[in-house]
Amino acid sequence: MEAYKIYSLTSAVLFVIGIGGIFIARHFIKKIIATIIMGGGVFLCFVSFAERDALNFADPVPHAMVITGIVVAVASAAFALALARRIYQLTGEESFTKDQ
Amino acid sequence: MTDLPTSPFPALLVGLPFLLATLSLFFSSKGKAVVGLIGSFLTALLAIVAFVEVTQQGTVIHILGGWEPPLGILLRMDSLAAVFIGMTALVGVFISLYARGYFRAQEDSSEGFPLFWPLWLFLWAGLNGLFLSNDLFNLFVTIEVIGICAVALAVLSGKKAALFAGLRYLLAAITGSMAYLFGVALIYGSTGTLDLALLGQVLEPGPTTTFALLVITPGLMIKMAGFPFHFWLPPAHSSAPAPVSALLSALVVKGAFYILLRLWTEVFGVSLTFAAGQLIGVAGAVAVIWGSWQAFMQTSLKLIVAHSSVAQLGYLLLVFPLLVLAPGVTADSADWLSPAWTAGVYQVIAHAFAKASFFLSAGIIIMAMGHDRIESFRDLAARMPMTVMAIGLAGVSLIGLPPSGGFMAKWNLLQGIFLSGQWWWAPAVLGGSLLTASYVFMLMRLAFAPARKKEPLRPVPFRLQVFALLLALGSFLIILPAESLIQFLESSQIFGSGIESIVEGGVYGND
Repeated sequence: MEAYKIYSLTSAVLFVIGIGGIFIARHFIKKIIATIIMGGGVFLCFVSFAERDALNFADPVPHAMVITGIVVAVASAAFALALARRIYQLTGEESFTKDQ
Repeated sequence: MTDLPTSPFPALLVGLPFLLATLSLFFSSKGKAVVGLIGSFLTALLAIVAFVEVTQQGTVIHILGGWEPPLGILLRMDSLAAVFIGMTALVGVFISLYARGYFRAQEDSSEGFPLFWPLWLFLWAGLNGLFLSNDLFNLFVTIEVIGICAVALAVLSGKKAALFAGLRYLLAAITGSMAYLFGVALIYGSTGTLDLALLGQVLEPGPTTTFALLVITPGLMIKMAGFPFHFWLPPAHSSAPAPVSALLSALVVKGAFYILLRLWTEVFGVSLTFAAGQLIGVAGAVAVIWGSWQAFMQTSLKLIVAHSSVAQLGYLLLVFPLLVLAPGVTADSADWLSPAWTAGVYQVIAHAFAKASFFLSAGIIIMAMGHDRIESFRDLAARMPMTVMAIGLAGVSLIGLPPSGGFMAKWNLLQGIFLSGQWWWAPAVLGGSLLTASYVFMLMRLAFAPARKKEPLRPVPFRLQVFALLLALGSFLIILPAESLIQFLESSQIFGSGIESIVEGGVYGND
């Protein structure tokens, strides 16, 4: 099996794990980690496509996109963590309850 | 693409609000509001000038920093983008004016929210950037800017309910954009390009494209609160301060719809199948009925308005099944495509005006009564006639009674539905209007009913009521330029070729 196929399949698996985690996990931090895993899958998918068409150099566009994507993902995750922390400080709760 | 006339306006429309938002961070609370208000006026003025330029010159482009795509960014302003930017400017400037008065009236109770202004200008820059984007990745970045600003605005009050709703909103938004980005990766992997117009030509149907469609569409539906992914919208929109609720409902959710419309018409043309269209249509129909019914069952005004947003966004989803041809229909007779997608655009504009007015009126009522439980609405028509009139007019536009903008949208949608022969969507459109009428009339009935004991009302600045009423009137006035606006939308050559690719794609997809 070629290397990029392994990466592509792994990225799909990570993406599915992430989606599952977001819906199944109850704890805030677990949900946020699940979004990060999902993002990791997507970025791996991009990077695996950089090796295409038997070029002897890697396609730079996916790398540029992944770097931008990582910045965006870090910012979102930091914001989500800040919100979760604030909720914990205010209410002491760590997960969504039915009525919220 | 690069032979189109170049204009500085697309860059300015994104750059100016970004610059002013950053600048306003250096000012004190009062200064932030002043810079924010001036920035809103400047951005709106720029948007109107750019709109006029597009009506005269046709599609204009701007290549940022002279770096050609794919590594550089090309901004494109065609008629569809111009209409969305113009709508954002008109609605945005009224909400800004209202927000200034609203927050000023609450400055004493430490609810001045000075951070509203930079966040709103960042949000505006993100929206303009989204409408001007010409490649899939730029759309991702702008929708993330919009998403983060929107959540930050939603949690502005720092209250417990708003924080829970905000975190839920943020997690939904991240999930949606990651799903979208996964689709972008697949499309880039199979075609090697991100340019929307180019993709429309080179994208070939196959398992990869189908899978990309299958992750991108739900991802964007999460962002636009399409059924069954609407769960985050009612708590997030109803727990935010009134001007923020208006921004979130009127403008933010429309961004995801814009991407979806562009992708389905320009990019995915060749790989859409009848079943995909029907599936998204079912989601829309259920959203229309379920959202309206939920709105009818609520007992506080802001929750009614928030659930009504879910229903009104369902109408937008009903446009998509009409963009794919039914089996056995040839492309020559596809005369419903134009009423169908212009109905979508008109629904966006009419809903933006009406819903902004509705939420701003709800803010006025909360300011006057201290709460928004509807059992206290008795005799409100005598005590706050302007606000009740604004709610009534906005409600009429949401129902779709003539001569409102909502009527224009729903009439065109029904026309498209019957011309296309997909009559089974008609009951959803009509039933949704009926249910909308039931909650609007319920509010009106309460407002006109005599009250036994009157709760004391706190004074509300007069101009707040004027801005809410003007927005409600706006949802009627937009019907006046309807014909020229629809012609203007259809003049977009790029979008026109997109429509042609749907026609071809529809036939292919049904083989």
